[in-house]
Amino acid sequence: MNTPASRAVITGLGVVAPTGTDVEAHWQATLAGKSAIHHIDRFDTSGYPLKLFGDVRDFVATDHVPVRLVRETDLMTHLAFAATEQALADAGLDPATVPEFDLGVVTANSSGGAHFGQSELQKLYSEGPYAVGAYMSIAWFYAATTGQLSIRHGARGACGVIATEQAGGLDAFGQARRNLRKGGRAVLCGGTDASLTPYGLVAQLANGLLSQRDDPLRAYLPFDADASGYVSGEGGAIMVVEDADAARARGVDRFLAEVAGYAATFDPRQQTRREPGLRRAIELALADAQVRPQDVDVVFADGYGVPRLDLVEAQALMRTFGERGAPVTVPKTMTGRLYAGGAPLDVATAVLAMRDSVIPPTVNVTSLAPGCRIDLVRDEPREAQLRTVLVAARGHGGFNAALVLTHP
Amino acid sequence: MSDRRVVITGVGVVAPGDSGREAFWSMISQGRTATRRITLFDPARFRSQIGAECNFDPQRCGLSYQEIRRMDRAGQFAVAAAREAVADSGIDIPNGDPSRVGVSVGNAVGNSILMEQEYRVISDNGRRWLVDAGYMVPHLYTVVVSSSIGAEVAYATDAEGPNAVITTGCCSGIDSVGHAFDLIREGCADVVVAGATDAPIYPISVACFDTLRASSTTNDDPEHACKPFDRNRNGLVLGEGSAMFVIEDAEHAARRGARVYCEILGFCARSNAYHMTGLRPDGREMADAITVALDQARVDPSDIDYVNAHGSGTKQNDRHETAAYRSSLGEHAYRVPVSSIKSMVGHSLGAIGSIEIAACALAIERDVVPPTANYETRDPECDLDYVPKTAREQKVDTVLSVGSGFGGFQSAIVLAAPGRAA
Repeated sequence: MNTPASRAVITGLGVVAPTGTDVEAHWQATLAGKSAIHHIDRFDTSGYPLKLFGDVRDFVATDHVPVRLVRETDLMTHLAFAATEQALADAGLDPATVPEFDLGVVTANSSGGAHFGQSELQKLYSEGPYAVGAYMSIAWFYAATTGQLSIRHGARGACGVIATEQAGGLDAFGQARRNLRKGGRAVLCGGTDASLTPYGLVAQLANGLLSQRDDPLRAYLPFDADASGYVSGEGGAIMVVEDADAARARGVDRFLAEVAGYAATFDPRQQTRREPGLRRAIELALADAQVRPQDVDVVFADGYGVPRLDLVEAQALMRTFGERGAPVTVPKTMTGRLYAGGAPLDVATAVLAMRDSVIPPTVNVTSLAPGCRIDLVRDEPREAQLRTVLVAARGHGGFNAALVLTHP
Repeated sequence: MSDRRVVITGVGVVAPGDSGREAFWSMISQGRTATRRITLFDPARFRSQIGAECNFDPQRCGLSYQEIRRMDRAGQFAVAAAREAVADSGIDIPNGDPSRVGVSVGNAVGNSILMEQEYRVISDNGRRWLVDAGYMVPHLYTVVVSSSIGAEVAYATDAEGPNAVITTGCCSGIDSVGHAFDLIREGCADVVVAGATDAPIYPISVACFDTLRASSTTNDDPEHACKPFDRNRNGLVLGEGSAMFVIEDAEHAARRGARVYCEILGFCARSNAYHMTGLRPDGREMADAITVALDQARVDPSDIDYVNAHGSGTKQNDRHETAAYRSSLGEHAYRVPVSSIKSMVGHSLGAIGSIEIAACALAIERDVVPPTANYETRDPECDLDYVPKTAREQKVDTVLSVGSGFGGFQSAIVLAAPGRAA
């Protein structure tokens, strides 16, 4: 190492999630165990076996950005605009005060701007090439949110976009920390997702991992003996991640958390019958943070809700922390899996848990599956001093990521 | 960041024209173009009817029936190029330490051809908003998530280290190689199979560029349609393809006696925070990306032997970019050869940055500067040496390659002959 690595700290949170369209609403609903998984009412689902979704209600994009920008961008980006506005306010950071080229944006993206994607394809085939709107080219693509946030907040430093499905939210924090080490001062970091269109929903159906149950209380049950797949949702979180010295220099004396460790791995091919890569990601992230497994106070698990994948995760946790070792929670049982927005929302929730010394619950899980010998925090919040938190995430196809947050 | 040095030891290319690294080099070093009337669909109803297409046969490139069935053309390109790069480098990933081998794939528009084809089926050609799930294919989910391309490259190469699809629009192909460079320098991996892929020549993407009036309308002379830096240029020509590399810690490469094409010395990404498709005429952010990448590389502007330009063939880009060279390279901007291979292979969006890095790696190895094809008429505002039409044999030790894209992304990377900076 040439110089001691700079420290990356989270100084502001922004949340737009099924559980709430601001940080405190989300946090109160999460502590209360109030699930936001609903029957889909945006379009007729009678032709589909999927009925449930964690939708963001009571969100009005024009409350946050001008009508012109709303028209030019997809819902995934609207959600990010709103979350970023909250995060900057929470951090007390005026982007105009950051030196040129020292503010960046890194977001995760999963399936692009699904609303633009379907509606412009429909125009192309029902009306012809000239009906395709001018904004399709900038609203649908995976880089749209990062580009728009960069423009809106004058972020001219290193910007990035990572696609590793649900693992991407953690990879974005890894990249944000890297960019700070390379000399940036602040990064707007996270991800938001909005896949609820007929085409988006049918595409998800194809992966064979979604629960087709109709009862919101029995559909998404990670680590449960009765697990039947996951429910998806929309929304996410954006945070301000800063170099600790730069934050102190602008007078911030209260950090929300430090991004202390991060690692990513990819699963061996199934034919090899070797252990999947999640445990390796967790152990590498702990080593990166220089913390021991026994120092971890809670794990925000990936919680796929698919029996074989739950078992993989439970085994990774048991091997790292011991049977019923560190407490484990899956608050995304209240929102569904938000893809690019899922891990950032877990990071935001973990930061709030550290702030208030309480582990938010996993809801609806009644009996752990055989082999899942973990201490799952269920139904009620559990008070605990939280100095070190691990967040795990997996992306479809074999992506694994782990992030270690420490109390500042 | 450590002081580890990072080198390219394998190159695989599926570019417009015939597939493979040597076919690619033969075309660009001879100044031949692959821009033609589009054949991947009937372009008659479109404003621009030109594309630079790959003569790609997935079976001849070694893909299995199942790989061909489940992957979009973009994924197929990437897997074919990755296999060529791995074979070229001589590395044995499964019998080494796969956990130390990462994947980094740049891509802008995902699996867009399949996304469109499958949409047509399940929507019954745009008639049904409530699409028919009864007609979905089993791999439809991997079509809508571009991360599947990174997964496919891992399946094809046995890489089990950090894996990501880097999707910063038209800078993806530089940023993905820059990401690999960072991963190795950080010590997260010893080897990264990195590069980029895109296959956008299909109605939705062609319609998007039509709407923006960004693509060339020289439909009656497609072979000469893309004229970067020429006063008579009238837009970009969409391309497709992939370039993938084996990127490696220099000591790791030395231990196994690998042949080294070039070393990666510096990389920087910037954004213009200006407009999703517009560029500030002064090229300020691109200039900063170049300056920071050169600083990291410890290379003086006057040491650069060749600049591989973004050179998309739009007036806005050519002026922006020329201004950025003037301000970041000073007087040397007027001395160094600057060329755009997009004149020959078109603009393959997220892939082109890596295809251009492949051109740079081969230029360094072979001491040849590829030309800007079709360049004839000087634009008073673009007054550099654009290497018109004919390649030049000259010493090529140190190269700068740049990219610029929708969303405001600007990236620069510096490559050098092995041992150049020792």
